[in-house]
Amino acid sequence: MLKYILKRLTIMGVTLWIIITLTFVLMVSVPGSPFNDQDRNTNDIVQENLERHYNLDKPYIIQYFLYLKSIITFDFGPSIKQSNHTVNDLLSRGFPISFELGMVSIVIAVISGVILGIFAALKHNGIIDYAAMTIAVLGISIPNFVLATLLIQKFAVDSNMLPTARWESVAHMILPIIALATGPMAIIARLTRSTMLEVLTQDYIKMARAKGLSPWKIIVKHALKNALMPVVTIMGTLLAGILTGTFVIEKIFAIPGMGRYFIESINHRDYPVIMGTTVFYSAFLICMLFLVDIAYGLLDPRIKIHKHDGDRP
Amino acid sequence: MKQSKYQSTYDPKHVPDRWFAWQKQDGQSAETVSRPSLSYWKDAWRRLLKNKLAMAGLMFLILLCVLAIIGPMLTPYSVKETSLPNQFQPPSYEHWFGTDNLGRDVFTRTWYGARISLFVGIMAALIDFFIGVIYGGIAGYKGGRTDNIMMRIIEVLYGLPYLLVVILLLVVLGPSLLTIIIALSVTGWVGMARIVRGQVLQLKNNEFVLASRSFGAKTPRIIRKNLLPNTMGPIIVQMTLTVPSAIFAEAFLSFIGLGIQAPYASWGVMANDALGAILSGYWWTLFFPAFFISFTMFAFNVLGDGLQDALDPKLRK
Repeated sequence: MLKYILKRLTIMGVTLWIIITLTFVLMVSVPGSPFNDQDRNTNDIVQENLERHYNLDKPYIIQYFLYLKSIITFDFGPSIKQSNHTVNDLLSRGFPISFELGMVSIVIAVISGVILGIFAALKHNGIIDYAAMTIAVLGISIPNFVLATLLIQKFAVDSNMLPTARWESVAHMILPIIALATGPMAIIARLTRSTMLEVLTQDYIKMARAKGLSPWKIIVKHALKNALMPVVTIMGTLLAGILTGTFVIEKIFAIPGMGRYFIESINHRDYPVIMGTTVFYSAFLICMLFLVDIAYGLLDPRIKIHKHDGDRP
Repeated sequence: MKQSKYQSTYDPKHVPDRWFAWQKQDGQSAETVSRPSLSYWKDAWRRLLKNKLAMAGLMFLILLCVLAIIGPMLTPYSVKETSLPNQFQPPSYEHWFGTDNLGRDVFTRTWYGARISLFVGIMAALIDFFIGVIYGGIAGYKGGRTDNIMMRIIEVLYGLPYLLVVILLLVVLGPSLLTIIIALSVTGWVGMARIVRGQVLQLKNNEFVLASRSFGAKTPRIIRKNLLPNTMGPIIVQMTLTVPSAIFAEAFLSFIGLGIQAPYASWGVMANDALGAILSGYWWTLFFPAFFISFTMFAFNVLGDGLQDALDPKLRK
């Protein structure tokens, strides 16, 4: 197990290094200096001073190491377009809100998706199965920004039941969370259903039934444990999806989270914010992927077989 | 032992001779195959034809392709042409899907958007196919050290957050159709490479590959003629599932302002433009692009599922 963790840690480090270097190379290769704006009208001396202040006059290698240092010390520097804010300010203000939105959504998605999947599998080819799978296919097909707009139209504008935007009370959270959680819920429901169907035909389930265990005990104790393994596997991908989902959902619902700052910084071409956010989000996601992998290794005894050759089929 | 009451009826020993009749028999007719032989592809096609949902998806996609080609020609309006007096016209005889916030014809723009979405989806799938098959094929076939190194590279790339990398690339390269396709392909081929590698790894030790090699076939020929045709099933399924995710990615990128730029239209751009309008009750500006994004993704997904059932021998009953 220790060897496995070490191996994952190394890969994680390399991935992080690649994304950090990639952001640096891209940042350097953007044509022109960030202070070359027409609308700023800086003269040459001011510009030189600015470049010295941001270390842009040094050779690329030095800049690269300064950049690495700034990441290790978790200081992403000031925003170029909003000069009174630093990237850290934006992160510390926006991230908790985005984290709350994302985590509540993923928890709801997992719980409802698994329940939907179990019911669909138990009533295979019944009405519940078809209903659940219709919901699932619709959930996968409808992009979250379309769903969000439909929800606003239906529940906020037409019937005035819930607020249209902002992030203040529980009522404000309902629509964004539904919009964000539906897609992952659908994927989880489909996956749970297909693995449940497979698991339920296994001999050990027959054995459990022959022992006289109650159907619920069989499902919860024996079937579900194995059926959930694939769900654990795709958690990393789902988290990435939820994260990019928060970008559009926060934009639509005017939620002051990280995603909205990120979209704004893209539209304003505010490079330090874009790069800082990307590195931060990538690091966050890679750590999550790592945790998922470790959890997978702990939950599935079979993974230890592959420990030596390090080969996952 | 107690015997079933039906036992005697079906016991071969008790079947009376009169139940049998001699058929005409000669050497030739005994050898002919009475039914046309089914190749793998014909068989898969027959299975797909039986799957009503997948066929409906296929029909929808064919119709969508046709309309994407001829749709913009059916109306006298152009994609870019704005006409402010005709702002927010509801669907009517002149404007079949209504007009948007700048008086542009939604019908024309929807089909123009269909061209872009389908183009992005299909190009992304094709590029993934070429890179993934070559990379995965080499890794799986060579095995050993080569495979190990190549798979470590894949593992590292797999950890990269896909859309974040795409966003970064688009910010730097500038949004255009070409850069979207490049950005989507940079990390998109990894899934395909993994599938091809896994398949090749399973197949390469089979006897027919050994037979081919013993006849003197070189590695490229074995990969091309023996291994790839046998992995085509999973590859095609993966490609049909890549298309909707690329279409979704394009819509998402256009929606956050990094995709196709105005005045051109893609479904994501149209949905973004419609965001403000929907609150004022101009539902058609959102409805048509949203409907076609969702239905295209739906069609590709059910077609992919259907193909998976049709092409995967393991799932057959």
